[in-house]
Parts: sequence; C-alpha cells; structure tokens
Amino acid sequence: MRIDRNSIAVVLVGVVLLALGPVLPSWAVSLLNVALCYGTVVLGMMLLMRTGIVSFGHGLYYCLGAYAAGLLDHFGKMPDMLLMVGAGAVTAGLVAAVLGLLLAKYRDIFFAMLSLAFSMILYGLLVKTASLGSTDGFNVAAKTVGGIVIAEDSVRIVVYSLAVVFATLSAFLLHQYLASHQGRLAGAIKDNELRVEYMGASVKAAVHRNYVISAVLAGIGGALMAVNIGHIDPEMTYWPQSGEFVFVAILSGTGSVFAPLGGALVFEAIRSFAYEYSPNTWQMVLGITMLLVMIFLPGGLWSLFTRKRGA
Amino acid sequence: MSQFIAVLVDGIVYSSWLFIIAVGLTLIYGVMKILNIAHGSLYALGAFTSVTLCTMWFSGGHDAMGSYAMLLLAAVLVGLVAGPVIERGLLQFMYGKDEVVLVLVTYALFLILEDLIKLVWGVDPLFITGPNGESPYSLLGNFEVAGLTYPNYNLVLVGVAAATGGALAWALAKTRSGKLLLAVIHDREISAALGINVGRTYFVTFTIGAMLAGVGGALTAPTVSVVTGMGAEVIVLAFAVVVIGGLGSLPGAALGALIVGLVRAAAVHYFPEVELFSIYFVMAVVLILRPKGLFSGAEVRKI
Repeated sequence: MRIDRNSIAVVLVGVVLLALGPVLPSWAVSLLNVALCYGTVVLGMMLLMRTGIVSFGHGLYYCLGAYAAGLLDHFGKMPDMLLMVGAGAVTAGLVAAVLGLLLAKYRDIFFAMLSLAFSMILYGLLVKTASLGSTDGFNVAAKTVGGIVIAEDSVRIVVYSLAVVFATLSAFLLHQYLASHQGRLAGAIKDNELRVEYMGASVKAAVHRNYVISAVLAGIGGALMAVNIGHIDPEMTYWPQSGEFVFVAILSGTGSVFAPLGGALVFEAIRSFAYEYSPNTWQMVLGITMLLVMIFLPGGLWSLFTRKRGA
Repeated sequence: MSQFIAVLVDGIVYSSWLFIIAVGLTLIYGVMKILNIAHGSLYALGAFTSVTLCTMWFSGGHDAMGSYAMLLLAAVLVGLVAGPVIERGLLQFMYGKDEVVLVLVTYALFLILEDLIKLVWGVDPLFITGPNGESPYSLLGNFEVAGLTYPNYNLVLVGVAAATGGALAWALAKTRSGKLLLAVIHDREISAALGINVGRTYFVTFTIGAMLAGVGGALTAPTVSVVTGMGAEVIVLAFAVVVIGGLGSLPGAALGALIVGLVRAAAVHYFPEVELFSIYFVMAVVLILRPKGLFSGAEVRKI
C-alpha cells in the first residue's frame, strides 16, 4: 500500500461526507447519494478510458449489480445491504470475467459495439421476463446492515453512509491500483500496445483485468443505486444509460480518482436542476454541456485543476 | 407451413424497413467514419415532420392519395434542412478526431435533437389519420398470402428499399461522383491531393444519409404511433444491422437487414419471448466470429 497525498485526501473527503450526513438538508443528501452511486460506476469507466477503450455497454454490469441486489431481497429474502452490494459486485465480476475473455481482443468502435450487444442481450431478456416484472422492474429495499436491523427513521442516512463508505473504498483502492505497476500499464496500452508487448507485459491480460475491475465497480454502483432509489428496471441496461456513463466519464476527465466522483456530482446537479426547471429540455442542456466540454475541455472538467497548477 | 410463409413475408417487410434506415448509417460511416447515433433522431424527425405535413394535407381537404407526396416531402425536408445544418454547423469542426469521440459527439447531438422534437411536437403520441380515418397505411388496399392478409403498403416498403439499394449501388459503381466517392472512402488524403473536394463530398454524403433516415421515419410514421423515444429504439437496431453486415458496406447493410429481419420474424412467430434477445444475440455472435462484420475487407495494420 502506498500512502500519498491523494489517498489521504480520498479518506478525508469520505470522513467529511460521513460527518456531514446528519446535518445536510435532505435534498443535498439525496443528490450526494445518487452522485456517489453513479460516481462509483464512472470510476470504472475512467479505468477503461485510461486503458484506451470505451465501453458502450457498461449498463450491463450496472444492471446486473442492481438485479443481483434486488433478487437477494425479492427471492432470497436476505435484504442485508452489505450482502446486496457484495452480490452485485460478485455477479458483475463473474460475468465480466467470462465476457472479458472475448472483449479483450477488441478495440475502438468494435469494443464499443460488442459491449453494446451484450448489454442489449440482457435488456432483451429482462423485458420479457415476467417473473422479474418485465419492463416495470420491481421494488428493492435493504432492511439490515451486517445483520443489524435498520430503524425506520434512519434508512436514508444509513443508505447514504454506506454509499459514502463504498464509494470512498472504491476510489481509495482504485487509486492504489492505478499507482501500482499493473495499473500503470493502462496508460502504456493506450499509447502503444506493441511496445507494451515488447516490454514483456501481456496487453490482453491487462485489458481483461481492467475490464473486470470496471465491471465490479459498476456492479457495486448498481447495487447501491438499487437500494438508494428503491426500484430497478431494465432501463438500467438500455443503451442510453451506458451512453450516460461514457458521457459523465468524458465530462469528468481521467486525471484522478476525484474526477469521476466530482464529475458525477456536477452531472447529477445539472440533471436535477435542469429537470426541475424545464423537464422537456434537460437532455438538451446535457447534450450542449457535453459538446462544449468536448470542444473546449478535451481533458474533462478535471483538466481545469491541473491546468491551474501548471500555470 | 402458413406460419413459415408468414415468417418469410414479415421478415422481408421488416428487413426492407431496416435496410432503408441502416443504409444511410452505413453510408455515412463508410465515407466519414462517423457512427452517427443522431441518425435515430433524424429518423424520428422524419416521422414527426410527416405527421405534421399529412395532417395539414388532410385538413386542407385534399385527395388522400396526396399524403404519399407529403411523406416524401417530409423526408426530403429533413435531409435538406437538418443534414446541412448538422454537417456545417457541428460535424465539420470534428473531422480527424478519434472515431469514439465522434460517436460521442453524435450522442450529444442525439440528446439535443430528442428534446428539440419534444419542444416542437410535444410528448403525446401522434397518428396520421385523415378526417374520415384515412391513413396512407391502408389506402392502397391489401394482398393475401397463404390465407393471411397484408396491407399493400408493405410492398411500398420493399419497393423503396430495393430502389434505394439499387440506386446507391448503381451510383457508386457507374457515375463519376460515385467513383470519386469511392476514392474518398479509400483514402481521404490522397483524394484531396488529387483535387477531389473532400469537404463537399462529406457535405453531400451526410445530406443524403440524413435524407435516408428521414425516408425511414416518414415511411414508418403511418404504421405506428409517433412518439418521442422512437429514435432511441431504432438506432440500436440499425447498429445491429450495420455491425452484422460490416460497417460501411452497402451489401453488408442489405445482408444484415435480411438476417435481423428474418431472425426477428422467426422469433416473433415461434418464440415471442426472445424477440429482442435474438437480434442482439446474433449481433454478438457475428462480432465474435467476424469482428469486422460479414462483409469486410482485410485492413492494413498501422503501427
């Protein structure tokens, strides 16, 4: 383990968010909660982008994580939040380990298209599965945490606190991974795969590993979101959802593990305010923001910080 | 037996519809290397525009047969207005960027256009029907195959698909501009060096592609309720078609449309619960076996 400035900062931000939970107004808690669930998924997208690949089907793992959590509540009758998030992570990881074997050979648009096809296969299955509520999905609720029953009036704050813990842990571990020997391969693969191979590292193994990690993060995010929103449906694996993850990753930039979490917060803030004031134009606001970021800030919002430091 | 024939007829009609939409997508990708997600919005624009034009036509008390002209006019309008505006106003600044970035640019465009449609046409489903319930869908009468009745409108779809495919194949192989286009597809830089106006080629290609999306939408409008979100549904189907056939390939789009059309028709008739699943399953299998699609040439390795 490596204790540098950023890992300490991640933990500090986590502690501050935990402490703020009980004092913040409820709208801020909801906003932060959704942003943290979302940001955990985008952490995984960032890892893929650093490796030079873009998945247009990460909704697959987001949805798998949510459904794994939901099934544990719905059929398993084990609505324990830790178990649910664990189930989401494991399910997503296992599926990604298998699909990753195929996907690791693909790049660019073909990677995007094959991952899109996989996510749409799950969509096609879920919308026709009547026992899981077809297009309507079903409701999910966590009732215990590690065996301890959550009191009625503290559900919101418990769910929020766990989202903070999981997001902080994910960001901390991902930061450690990115700084490790294996993690640093990502940027090298993006620059030149052939050279990485000549240096004796396996590009395929590294891409596969990063893909599985990103899927686990999406699974965690999906499970957290399921508990947070209290409802899941097949839209979670429909292609616009996957597109949104790519969108937030582009908006955030890939400079640091703070970028996806901050980007997710900005995104959720834009979305909820735009939705509040003009429900029929919020997508337009998002689209225009995205174009502006791509044209003027190709490095994402995070590049605003690094640029300042360099000047 | 009659069910088998029904699968064939449904499959061919559905394939024709898919081909009309996918051919514009593959054309734009082939020439400009842009996988255009906004193609779905252009399709939706075509549908909404034709609802407006047909409604105006019917309320003017004109002969119902003229509604077909309105469908065509809607498609042409979408092509001539939205195509140039998007290409000149946005895409021309993006050429040379990474393919994946270009996909995201069109995704942003897709989001913007979806809301634009909501602003102009509202969020309620729209239908094309005249004062006495006439619809271009039923005006032409019906035909019967093996005891099943189909509207003749389906033949229009098949005819338009065949004509579009034939015209494009002919133009690419036989006309001067078609040959120049092939040169641009093959090597953009060399073509520019030889004096081909690449910018204009892109402009014309995108306009034609947008028009084809508009044709798809306009021809679909009489057969369904026109709702927001119809573009999102269609674009991913069109992706499946062009990816199966091979991105940028004209015969590929035809083959892809035929495969997806027949698979879906068979699924609907024999195993309705796997309808959507089957299409994307085929897409995944083709990508796994032939990563660049069924019609794809060898690519030069670049270091």
